[in-house]
Amino acid sequence: MTLMLIARRFGFLFVVIWAASTITFFIPRLSSVNPVRERFAELARMGGYSPDDLEKIVASFSKQFGLDRPLWDQYIDYLYSVVRLDFGYSLNRYPVTVVELIYQSLPWTIGLLLVSTIISFVIGNLLGAVAAWPRAPRWARNFSTPFVLFMGVPPVLMGVLLLFFVGFRLKLLPLGGAYSIGLVPEVSWSFALDLFRHQILPALALILGSIGSWVLTMRGMGITIQGEDYVNFAEHKGLRGRRIFRDYYLRNALLPQVTGFALALGTVVTSAIIVEGLFALPGVGTVLINAIRANDFPVIYGIVLFITIAIATIMTLMEFLYPILDPRIKNS
Amino acid sequence: MTLALAPSPIKSPSRLHRFFRYLSRNKSLGFGLFILLALVAFTVIGLMVIDPNDAYPLSAPTRRPPSWEFPFGTDFFGRDMLAVMVVGMWQTAFIGVVAGGVGTFIGVVLGFISAYFGGITDAVIRITCQILTPIPVLLIQVVVAGSLDKRDVTIFIMALIVVMLAWMAPTLVIRSQVLTMKERQFVSVAKLSGVSDMGIIFKEILPNLMPFVAAAFVGQIFLAVFASFYLAVLGLGPLREPLLGNIIWLAQAQGAFFNGWWWWPIAPSVGMILILGSLALINMGLDELSNPRVRKSE
Amino acid sequence: MNTADTKPDLAQVIDAPEPTPVLQVNNLDVSYYTDSGRAKALDDLSFTLNAGEKLGIVGESGSGKSTLALAMMRMIKAPGRIDGGQVRVDDTNLTALDDETMRKARLMKIAYIPQGAMNSLNPVMRIGAQMVDAVISHVEKEPKSAIVERCMLALESVDLPRSAFRMFPHELSGGMKQRVCIAIGILLQPQVIIADEPTSALDVVTQRQVMETIDRVREKINAAVILIGHDMGLMAQFVDRVAVMYAGRLVEVSTVREMFTAPKHPYSKALINCLPNLENKGVFQGIPGLAPSLLRLPGGCAFHPRCAQVMDICRSRRPETTVEPNGRTVICHLIKQEAEIGQPS
Repeated sequence: MTLMLIARRFGFLFVVIWAASTITFFIPRLSSVNPVRERFAELARMGGYSPDDLEKIVASFSKQFGLDRPLWDQYIDYLYSVVRLDFGYSLNRYPVTVVELIYQSLPWTIGLLLVSTIISFVIGNLLGAVAAWPRAPRWARNFSTPFVLFMGVPPVLMGVLLLFFVGFRLKLLPLGGAYSIGLVPEVSWSFALDLFRHQILPALALILGSIGSWVLTMRGMGITIQGEDYVNFAEHKGLRGRRIFRDYYLRNALLPQVTGFALALGTVVTSAIIVEGLFALPGVGTVLINAIRANDFPVIYGIVLFITIAIATIMTLMEFLYPILDPRIKNS
Repeated sequence: MTLALAPSPIKSPSRLHRFFRYLSRNKSLGFGLFILLALVAFTVIGLMVIDPNDAYPLSAPTRRPPSWEFPFGTDFFGRDMLAVMVVGMWQTAFIGVVAGGVGTFIGVVLGFISAYFGGITDAVIRITCQILTPIPVLLIQVVVAGSLDKRDVTIFIMALIVVMLAWMAPTLVIRSQVLTMKERQFVSVAKLSGVSDMGIIFKEILPNLMPFVAAAFVGQIFLAVFASFYLAVLGLGPLREPLLGNIIWLAQAQGAFFNGWWWWPIAPSVGMILILGSLALINMGLDELSNPRVRKSE
Repeated sequence: MNTADTKPDLAQVIDAPEPTPVLQVNNLDVSYYTDSGRAKALDDLSFTLNAGEKLGIVGESGSGKSTLALAMMRMIKAPGRIDGGQVRVDDTNLTALDDETMRKARLMKIAYIPQGAMNSLNPVMRIGAQMVDAVISHVEKEPKSAIVERCMLALESVDLPRSAFRMFPHELSGGMKQRVCIAIGILLQPQVIIADEPTSALDVVTQRQVMETIDRVREKINAAVILIGHDMGLMAQFVDRVAVMYAGRLVEVSTVREMFTAPKHPYSKALINCLPNLENKGVFQGIPGLAPSLLRLPGGCAFHPRCAQVMDICRSRRPETTVEPNGRTVICHLIKQEAEIGQPS
């Protein structure tokens, strides 16, 4: 693992972040909508200011935040602030900063993401691996088929269906929110249980919506791997079926799946965001959706950029994982 | 010296017959096509039958559950859900095909140029694709859609937004396929026989690319429909239009489930599931077609 | 069937150990049941092998050589099936064993060295780990250090350094990987070793190394070796006896000297004739016609459509076996006739 390699990887990461920042900087400024003016116009409508005063307010606001300076200067400032992870203030909930909003809501999102992603990946790949293993019993191999059918149902729609059948019709689980109305958060089993009950449907929506692709791709991979010479030779050596499945078959079939996981991160995160919105969980997704509704542009761009940076960073870190998993990969 | 007699010749079945036989084996492709055709029929017949205006607010009594008069019920704003479904499907199809088609086209052209001409062009295109890949496409589309004046967003603009960042994947796929083909002998043979560059492109390479282009096209339609749906669900779509994602967003905003108006979000959800499901099935089926190892033996 | 001593040397005869059959294949039938019909891959195959003996099995592609190897290891997968017959190693009938006992028998009684060692080793496991797991799948309760030592000794027997234990397959050359497979094959000192074209993918120098290694380890553990291939030159240098297969049937089994100097079966004759020699340099010989599809075998003798000495009876009746006093076996009507009449061929 050379220094050159690490430098190159992180260099690439910075280029990606730079590209994303540039996009989020220029695109909004290309449109005719001036978020500041929009916001103040809204306040003006409610408060009753005159149009002249509105312009004065907008002008002084712009001066305050340097929005009247040349575009290039603003750009450099922007890049500089991105590096410091300073995304500015929320228009709607001034003086709360974007970063504070993210900080408050992130734990919910991470919790949901981690649980559903891990379960989806592990179970999905296992089902797919078994589906392609000729020595597995028929029932086990066919077990995975219904999950593949879920592939056409994205997590958010899965969420709607679950909401409908389980929440609405059967009234088994809550329709949304992080915990029941009226409850005060506390450290107790009953509160934890309530929390848990509220997480089940969103997690289930995410899991069922994404498990199909893991099953399918792993099955395809498995079909190739089980025909490989080394799996055959393992049987010639007289190894037990379970050992062959685990060490010779699974270990090799999982390698490209891990790569696939890194590539799928973007989709995973965006699905989670929308599911959060659907179930009104207080995570980053809901913050984003509310910001969209309220035209709170700094929050929108800040969250988008934050997520992009997070995903790109995770992808870069995962690249260091590959040589450990596959000894054939040389770090050159 | 004779070997054992060959079996008597069988009459070879017609192409149509073989096509249907293949469909019955490749269940995902067959099933997917069936659902898609059913949806197309629904939309086409629907467009002829209903009055498109019914898909817009205040054309029907509000919040009615499904009945004979309104098979899919009506929503909070007084829209006939049946009309909504028909018009919404049509608009979704429009975005899907247009965006998907443009995306595939760009991908094929760029991928081709990149692979065929190599050198700096290739490097630039390839590196651009690589840099843009980690960026979650949907979020950038959110940025774009969010920056626009909400009143400016039309169906057409939706399609454009969706296409913007979708061309990278087909570009890379087509590029790698063309690269492989460039190395293969039939190109060198054609060149040696004096076929012009353009000739090679159209007569030799393109025909072999067709399966990948077809698969990419279906994939792009899927992504386009997916992306437009997500943008709409977030409230970034052309809000006046009865796009299926829009309906769901509106329904959520009005707390449809809490209020008991279950048919409001369910109809577009089911519609969306059918669309995406059929496209996914077709995609899987095409995958099996081009990857002989996954093909189930007869 | 006794091993023939081609050089009748009294001293050798007295000193040679009593030949004991360690492998007996009796009337082995294997078919593949495909959509296009039933392909008889092995038809009534019988032969015997003694301890320490080297038997070469030659034949064209599709003659059933590899199927024979798989059948002996009981690795025939659907749509193939062992329809009948026995494979006995040291009095255990492998074909009658249950799956778990057969699993244990693999590598302990009968071992297989694969053709393409390039891809036969798990790319994500170290060599040592792949040897150790073979051992612990058969031997209960051997302490870790003893297992490792056993593997190290095996590596030494094939002339590989002990450091190879910790390497990954991609760090080794083709010849080294092949030798690892041999080392794995001898880990548990089996009685029979089947080497399925172990050198086809290697260069000539490495070929020799690998063959010498196989010979050496065979001597050490006194195993019987079956060498499957189509390289007649290799056979000539290495094996004691040669068995010729055609279309899933055995046609001749002779000592190597007999086979190369005076083959009896018309097919064997044609094969030997095809070998380039110093007299007819530059003149390539082949055998006219094609090997039949196993789905539609000719009636009677499978070779009759291509046989230069075909007789009427060959077209309708399966040829019978002629066993000569020294153990040489030929399955041919012509030879049977000549034997009965008493004519030399």
